[in-house]
Amino acid sequence: MTTTVEAMHGSHAGHDTPRDATPPVFYVRDEHAHEAASTALGFWIYLMSDCLIFAVLFATYGVLGTSYAAGPTPKELFDLPLVALNTSMLLLSSITYGFAMLAMEKGRTGQTQAWLFITLLFGLAFLGIELYEFAHLIHEGAGPGRSAFLSSFFTLVGTHGLHVTFGSVWLVTLMVQVARRGLIPANRRRLMCLSMFWHFLDVIWIGVFTFVYLMGALR
Amino acid sequence: MSTHAHSDHHAHQGHGHGDHGHGHDDHGHPAGAHGTFGSYMIGFVLSVILTVIPFWLVMNGTLDNATTTVVILALAVVQIIVHMVYFLHMNGRVEGGWSMLAMIFTIIVVFIMFSGSLWVMYHLNYNMMPGMTHDMSKMP
Repeated sequence: MTTTVEAMHGSHAGHDTPRDATPPVFYVRDEHAHEAASTALGFWIYLMSDCLIFAVLFATYGVLGTSYAAGPTPKELFDLPLVALNTSMLLLSSITYGFAMLAMEKGRTGQTQAWLFITLLFGLAFLGIELYEFAHLIHEGAGPGRSAFLSSFFTLVGTHGLHVTFGSVWLVTLMVQVARRGLIPANRRRLMCLSMFWHFLDVIWIGVFTFVYLMGALR
Repeated sequence: MSTHAHSDHHAHQGHGHGDHGHGHDDHGHPAGAHGTFGSYMIGFVLSVILTVIPFWLVMNGTLDNATTTVVILALAVVQIIVHMVYFLHMNGRVEGGWSMLAMIFTIIVVFIMFSGSLWVMYHLNYNMMPGMTHDMSKMP
Protein backbone atom coordinates (compact mmCIF):
# COMPACT_ATOMS: atom_id res chain seq x y z
CA MET A 1 0.00 0.00 0.00
CA THR A 2 2.74 2.40 1.01
CA THR A 3 4.75 1.83 -2.12
CA THR A 4 1.69 2.43 -4.31
CA VAL A 5 1.08 5.80 -2.76
CA GLU A 6 4.73 6.69 -3.02
CA ALA A 7 4.79 5.76 -6.67
CA MET A 8 1.66 7.78 -7.39
CA HIS A 9 3.05 10.77 -5.63
CA GLY A 10 6.44 10.43 -7.23
CA SER A 11 4.98 10.53 -10.73
CA HIS A 12 2.55 13.27 -9.78
CA ALA A 13 5.20 15.57 -8.34
CA GLY A 14 7.18 15.51 -11.56
CA HIS A 15 10.70 15.93 -10.23
CA ASP A 16 12.96 12.90 -9.74
CA THR A 17 12.93 12.44 -5.97
CA PRO A 18 14.74 9.36 -4.74
CA ARG A 19 12.32 6.72 -3.49
CA ASP A 20 13.63 6.70 0.04
CA ALA A 21 12.89 10.42 0.40
CA THR A 22 9.15 10.08 -0.10
CA PRO A 23 7.99 8.61 3.25
CA PRO A 24 7.93 12.03 4.96
CA VAL A 25 5.46 13.19 2.29
CA PHE A 26 3.29 10.17 3.00
CA TYR A 27 3.47 10.99 6.69
CA VAL A 28 2.25 14.52 6.01
CA ARG A 29 -0.75 13.12 4.14
CA ASP A 30 -1.57 10.86 7.01
CA GLU A 31 -1.68 13.91 9.28
CA HIS A 32 -4.07 15.47 6.82
CA ALA A 33 -6.40 12.49 6.96
CA HIS A 34 -6.64 12.73 10.73
CA GLU A 35 -7.30 16.43 10.44
CA ALA A 36 -10.31 15.74 8.22
CA ALA A 37 -11.62 13.09 10.57
CA SER A 38 -11.30 15.33 13.61
CA THR A 39 -13.00 18.16 11.70
CA ALA A 40 -16.20 16.13 11.66
CA LEU A 41 -16.08 15.49 15.39
CA GLY A 42 -15.11 19.08 16.16
CA PHE A 43 -17.91 20.42 14.01
CA TRP A 44 -20.35 18.04 15.66
CA ILE A 45 -19.31 19.37 19.08
CA TYR A 46 -19.85 22.92 17.76
CA LEU A 47 -23.36 21.89 16.69
CA MET A 48 -24.01 20.46 20.14
CA SER A 49 -22.96 23.78 21.71
CA ASP A 50 -25.26 25.54 19.24
CA CYS A 51 -27.95 23.16 20.41
CA LEU A 52 -27.42 24.48 23.95
CA ILE A 53 -27.94 28.06 22.71
CA PHE A 54 -31.25 27.05 21.19
CA ALA A 55 -32.20 25.09 24.31
CA VAL A 56 -31.73 28.25 26.39
CA LEU A 57 -33.86 30.24 23.93
CA PHE A 58 -36.54 27.53 23.94
CA ALA A 59 -36.55 27.58 27.75
CA THR A 60 -36.82 31.39 27.73
CA TYR A 61 -39.76 31.13 25.37
CA GLY A 62 -41.27 28.42 27.54
CA VAL A 63 -41.06 30.67 30.60
CA LEU A 64 -42.14 33.92 28.93
CA GLY A 65 -44.38 32.51 26.20
CA THR A 66 -47.60 33.16 28.10
CA SER A 67 -46.74 36.68 29.33
CA TYR A 68 -48.80 38.58 26.78
CA ALA A 69 -48.90 41.91 28.70
CA ALA A 70 -52.57 42.13 27.66
CA GLY A 71 -51.34 42.08 24.06
CA PRO A 72 -52.01 39.66 21.20
CA THR A 73 -51.84 35.92 21.86
CA PRO A 74 -50.21 33.33 19.61
CA LYS A 75 -53.58 32.04 18.53
CA GLU A 76 -54.46 35.47 17.14
CA LEU A 77 -51.06 36.05 15.53
CA PHE A 78 -49.82 32.80 14.04
CA ASP A 79 -50.78 31.92 10.51
CA LEU A 80 -50.45 28.13 10.45
CA PRO A 81 -50.76 27.60 6.65
CA LEU A 82 -47.83 30.02 6.24
CA VAL A 83 -45.82 28.11 8.87
CA ALA A 84 -46.64 24.84 7.08
CA LEU A 85 -45.35 26.35 3.83
CA ASN A 86 -42.21 27.52 5.62
CA THR A 87 -41.68 24.09 7.14
CA SER A 88 -42.00 22.41 3.75
CA MET A 89 -39.41 24.81 2.29
CA LEU A 90 -36.88 23.83 4.94
CA LEU A 91 -37.70 20.13 4.66
CA LEU A 92 -37.30 20.23 0.86
CA SER A 93 -33.98 22.08 1.24
CA SER A 94 -32.81 19.29 3.54
CA ILE A 95 -33.52 16.54 1.02
CA THR A 96 -32.00 18.53 -1.87
CA TYR A 97 -28.85 19.02 0.19
CA GLY A 98 -28.86 15.26 0.71
CA PHE A 99 -28.98 14.82 -3.09
CA ALA A 100 -26.06 17.25 -3.41
CA MET A 101 -24.05 15.07 -1.02
CA LEU A 102 -24.93 11.95 -3.02
CA ALA A 103 -23.82 13.67 -6.23
CA MET A 104 -20.63 14.78 -4.48
CA GLU A 105 -19.85 11.20 -3.44
CA LYS A 106 -20.15 10.17 -7.10
CA GLY A 107 -17.77 12.99 -8.03
CA ARG A 108 -20.30 14.76 -10.28
CA THR A 109 -19.43 18.43 -9.93
CA GLY A 110 -22.21 19.86 -12.11
CA GLN A 111 -24.92 17.82 -10.44
CA THR A 112 -23.61 18.79 -6.99
CA GLN A 113 -23.68 22.46 -7.94
CA ALA A 114 -27.23 22.14 -9.31
CA TRP A 115 -28.55 20.54 -6.12
CA LEU A 116 -26.70 23.10 -3.99
CA PHE A 117 -28.34 25.87 -6.00
CA ILE A 118 -31.81 24.34 -5.52
CA THR A 119 -31.04 24.04 -1.79
CA LEU A 120 -30.10 27.71 -1.76
CA LEU A 121 -33.39 28.64 -3.44
CA PHE A 122 -35.40 26.73 -0.84
CA GLY A 123 -33.34 28.31 1.93
CA LEU A 124 -33.96 31.79 0.51
CA ALA A 125 -37.67 31.02 0.12
CA PHE A 126 -37.74 30.04 3.80
CA LEU A 127 -36.03 33.29 4.77
CA GLY A 128 -38.35 35.33 2.53
CA ILE A 129 -41.47 33.82 4.10
CA GLU A 130 -40.06 34.32 7.59
CA LEU A 131 -39.17 37.96 6.92
CA TYR A 132 -42.67 38.49 5.47
CA GLU A 133 -44.16 37.01 8.65
CA PHE A 134 -41.96 39.21 10.87
CA ALA A 135 -42.77 42.34 8.86
CA HIS A 136 -46.47 41.49 9.03
CA LEU A 137 -46.32 41.04 12.81
CA ILE A 138 -44.40 44.28 13.35
CA HIS A 139 -46.81 46.11 11.05
CA GLU A 140 -49.72 44.85 13.16
CA GLY A 141 -48.06 46.30 16.25
CA ALA A 142 -46.89 42.89 17.48
CA GLY A 143 -43.19 43.67 17.36
CA PRO A 144 -40.57 42.32 19.76
CA GLY A 145 -41.18 45.22 22.14
CA ARG A 146 -44.87 44.50 22.61
CA SER A 147 -44.71 41.78 25.26
CA ALA A 148 -42.36 39.27 26.84
CA PHE A 149 -44.02 36.59 24.72
CA LEU A 150 -43.16 38.45 21.50
CA SER A 151 -39.63 39.32 22.70
CA SER A 152 -38.83 35.67 23.33
CA PHE A 153 -40.61 34.63 20.12
CA PHE A 154 -38.58 37.01 17.94
CA THR A 155 -35.35 36.04 19.71
CA LEU A 156 -35.88 32.30 19.23
CA VAL A 157 -37.23 32.33 15.67
CA GLY A 158 -34.91 35.19 14.69
CA THR A 159 -31.83 33.30 15.92
CA HIS A 160 -32.88 30.32 13.82
CA GLY A 161 -33.41 32.63 10.84
CA LEU A 162 -29.94 34.12 11.36
CA HIS A 163 -28.49 30.62 11.29
CA VAL A 164 -30.26 29.92 8.00
CA THR A 165 -28.97 33.27 6.66
CA PHE A 166 -25.37 32.44 7.52
CA GLY A 167 -25.88 28.90 6.23
CA SER A 168 -26.98 30.41 2.90
CA VAL A 169 -23.91 32.68 2.81
CA TRP A 170 -21.77 29.63 3.53
CA LEU A 171 -23.59 27.72 0.76
CA VAL A 172 -22.82 30.46 -1.80
CA THR A 173 -19.19 30.51 -0.65
CA LEU A 174 -18.87 26.77 -1.13
CA MET A 175 -20.54 26.91 -4.56
CA VAL A 176 -17.88 29.44 -5.61
CA GLN A 177 -15.18 27.23 -4.08
CA VAL A 178 -16.44 24.15 -5.93
CA ALA A 179 -16.73 26.13 -9.17
CA ARG A 180 -13.13 27.29 -8.88
CA ARG A 181 -11.40 24.25 -7.40
CA GLY A 182 -13.74 21.34 -8.08
CA LEU A 183 -14.60 18.59 -5.61
CA ILE A 184 -11.19 18.51 -3.95
CA PRO A 185 -10.93 16.82 -0.51
CA ALA A 186 -11.00 20.17 1.30
CA ASN A 187 -14.23 21.13 -0.47
CA ARG A 188 -15.76 17.72 0.23
CA ARG A 189 -14.96 18.22 3.91
CA ARG A 190 -16.49 21.71 3.87
CA LEU A 191 -19.62 20.49 2.10
CA MET A 192 -19.94 17.73 4.70
CA CYS A 193 -19.73 20.28 7.53
CA LEU A 194 -22.37 22.47 5.89
CA SER A 195 -24.58 19.42 5.38
CA MET A 196 -24.44 18.73 9.12
CA PHE A 197 -25.19 22.42 9.82
CA TRP A 198 -28.10 22.49 7.38
CA HIS A 199 -29.74 19.29 8.65
CA PHE A 200 -29.17 20.49 12.21
CA LEU A 201 -31.13 23.68 11.46
CA ASP A 202 -33.97 21.54 10.17
CA VAL A 203 -33.92 19.58 13.45
CA ILE A 204 -34.13 22.87 15.40
CA TRP A 205 -37.05 23.95 13.20
CA ILE A 206 -38.97 20.80 14.21
CA GLY A 207 -38.77 22.11 17.77
CA VAL A 208 -39.80 25.60 16.67
CA PHE A 209 -42.88 24.65 14.70
CA THR A 210 -44.01 22.17 17.35
CA PHE A 211 -43.26 24.09 20.54
CA VAL A 212 -43.84 27.66 19.33
CA TYR A 213 -46.36 27.60 16.50
CA LEU A 214 -48.49 24.49 16.99
CA MET A 215 -48.58 24.59 20.80
CA GLY A 216 -49.07 28.36 20.61
CA ALA A 217 -52.09 27.89 18.39
CA LEU A 218 -53.50 25.37 20.87
CA ARG A 219 -53.36 27.71 23.87
CA MET B 1 -2.19 2.48 8.37
CA SER B 2 -5.87 2.19 7.85
CA THR B 3 -5.77 3.46 4.30
CA HIS B 4 -6.19 0.04 2.72
CA ALA B 5 -9.50 -0.65 4.38
CA HIS B 6 -10.94 2.56 3.03
CA SER B 7 -9.31 2.75 -0.35
CA ASP B 8 -11.58 0.06 -1.81
CA HIS B 9 -14.60 1.65 -0.15
CA HIS B 10 -13.99 4.83 -2.08
CA ALA B 11 -12.58 3.36 -5.24
CA HIS B 12 -15.47 4.74 -7.28
CA GLN B 13 -14.46 8.29 -6.50
CA GLY B 14 -11.14 8.14 -8.23
CA HIS B 15 -10.71 10.87 -10.80
CA GLY B 16 -7.26 12.28 -11.12
CA HIS B 17 -5.92 13.64 -7.87
CA GLY B 18 -4.12 11.00 -5.91
CA ASP B 19 -4.88 11.95 -2.33
CA HIS B 20 -8.64 12.01 -2.18
CA GLY B 21 -9.17 8.47 -0.92
CA HIS B 22 -8.53 9.05 2.72
CA GLY B 23 -8.77 12.80 2.62
CA HIS B 24 -12.30 13.03 3.87
CA ASP B 25 -13.43 9.76 5.30
CA ASP B 26 -11.42 7.79 7.76
CA HIS B 27 -13.61 6.72 10.63
CA GLY B 28 -17.09 7.45 9.37
CA HIS B 29 -18.65 10.88 9.59
CA PRO B 30 -21.95 11.96 11.04
CA ALA B 31 -23.03 13.31 7.69
CA GLY B 32 -22.89 12.86 4.00
CA ALA B 33 -20.52 10.03 3.55
CA HIS B 34 -22.86 7.16 4.33
CA GLY B 35 -26.24 8.10 2.96
CA THR B 36 -27.83 6.46 -0.05
CA PHE B 37 -30.66 7.69 -2.24
CA GLY B 38 -32.93 5.17 -0.55
CA SER B 39 -32.07 6.22 2.98
CA TYR B 40 -32.53 9.91 2.16
CA MET B 41 -35.93 9.19 0.59
CA ILE B 42 -37.05 7.08 3.56
CA GLY B 43 -36.03 9.92 5.87
CA PHE B 44 -37.80 12.49 3.72
CA VAL B 45 -41.07 10.54 3.45
CA LEU B 46 -41.09 9.84 7.20
CA SER B 47 -40.41 13.54 7.88
CA VAL B 48 -43.27 14.63 5.63
CA ILE B 49 -45.67 12.24 7.37
CA LEU B 50 -44.44 13.32 10.82
CA THR B 51 -44.86 16.99 9.84
CA VAL B 52 -48.27 16.68 8.19
CA ILE B 53 -49.90 14.79 11.09
CA PRO B 54 -49.26 17.45 13.80
CA PHE B 55 -50.26 20.31 11.49
CA TRP B 56 -53.42 18.46 10.51
CA LEU B 57 -54.26 17.68 14.15
CA VAL B 58 -53.85 21.30 15.26
CA MET B 59 -55.51 22.92 12.25
CA ASN B 60 -58.54 20.63 12.34
CA GLY B 61 -58.82 20.36 16.11
CA THR B 62 -59.78 16.71 15.96
CA LEU B 63 -58.60 15.86 19.45
CA ASP B 64 -58.85 17.91 22.63
CA ASN B 65 -55.96 20.27 23.38
CA ALA B 66 -54.21 18.21 26.06
CA THR B 67 -54.14 15.06 23.92
CA THR B 68 -53.03 17.02 20.85
CA THR B 69 -50.15 18.58 22.82
CA VAL B 70 -48.90 15.19 23.96
CA VAL B 71 -49.24 13.71 20.45
CA ILE B 72 -47.45 16.54 18.63
CA LEU B 73 -44.61 16.58 21.18
CA ALA B 74 -44.19 12.82 20.77
CA LEU B 75 -44.23 13.15 16.97
CA ALA B 76 -41.63 15.95 17.17
CA VAL B 77 -39.31 13.69 19.18
CA VAL B 78 -39.79 10.88 16.63
CA GLN B 79 -39.13 13.29 13.76
CA ILE B 80 -35.94 14.57 15.42
CA ILE B 81 -34.74 10.96 15.74
CA VAL B 82 -35.63 10.34 12.06
CA HIS B 83 -33.59 13.39 11.02
CA MET B 84 -30.67 12.31 13.21
CA VAL B 85 -30.61 8.82 11.73
CA TYR B 86 -31.43 9.43 8.06
CA PHE B 87 -30.02 12.93 7.43
CA LEU B 88 -27.24 13.32 10.01
CA HIS B 89 -26.37 9.57 9.85
CA MET B 90 -26.02 9.34 13.59
CA ASN B 91 -25.26 5.97 15.14
CA GLY B 92 -23.11 4.58 17.95
CA ARG B 93 -20.13 3.87 15.68
CA VAL B 94 -19.58 7.38 14.26
CA GLU B 95 -16.19 8.76 15.38
CA GLY B 96 -15.73 5.73 17.56
CA GLY B 97 -18.79 6.65 19.61
CA TRP B 98 -17.62 10.16 20.52
CA SER B 99 -20.33 11.89 18.49
CA MET B 100 -22.99 9.83 20.22
CA LEU B 101 -21.40 10.56 23.61
CA ALA B 102 -21.36 14.31 22.90
CA MET B 103 -24.99 14.14 21.81
CA ILE B 104 -26.13 12.19 24.88
CA PHE B 105 -24.32 14.69 27.11
CA THR B 106 -26.04 17.56 25.28
CA ILE B 107 -29.44 15.91 25.60
CA ILE B 108 -28.94 15.46 29.36
CA VAL B 109 -27.85 19.11 29.82
CA VAL B 110 -30.73 20.35 27.66
CA PHE B 111 -33.23 18.22 29.55
CA ILE B 112 -32.05 19.42 32.99
CA MET B 113 -31.87 23.06 31.90
CA PHE B 114 -35.18 23.04 30.01
CA SER B 115 -37.38 21.13 32.44
CA GLY B 116 -35.66 22.82 35.40
CA SER B 117 -36.34 26.31 34.01
CA LEU B 118 -40.01 25.59 33.33
CA TRP B 119 -40.53 23.88 36.67
CA VAL B 120 -38.80 26.54 38.77
CA MET B 121 -40.34 29.50 36.95
CA TYR B 122 -43.82 27.98 37.05
CA HIS B 123 -43.62 27.62 40.81
CA LEU B 124 -42.04 31.06 41.16
CA ASN B 125 -44.90 32.66 39.28
CA TYR B 126 -47.46 30.57 41.09
CA ASN B 127 -46.14 31.46 44.54
CA MET B 128 -45.19 35.10 44.01
CA MET B 129 -48.19 36.47 42.16
CA PRO B 130 -51.37 34.71 43.23
CA GLY B 131 -53.55 37.63 42.20
CA MET B 132 -52.49 37.75 38.57
CA THR B 133 -54.24 34.65 37.40
CA HIS B 134 -54.85 35.76 33.83
CA ASP B 135 -51.51 34.60 32.52
CA MET B 136 -49.78 32.81 35.38
CA SER B 137 -51.97 29.77 35.60
CA LYS B 138 -51.34 28.75 32.03
CA MET B 139 -47.62 28.12 32.06
CA PRO B 140 -46.71 25.31 29.72
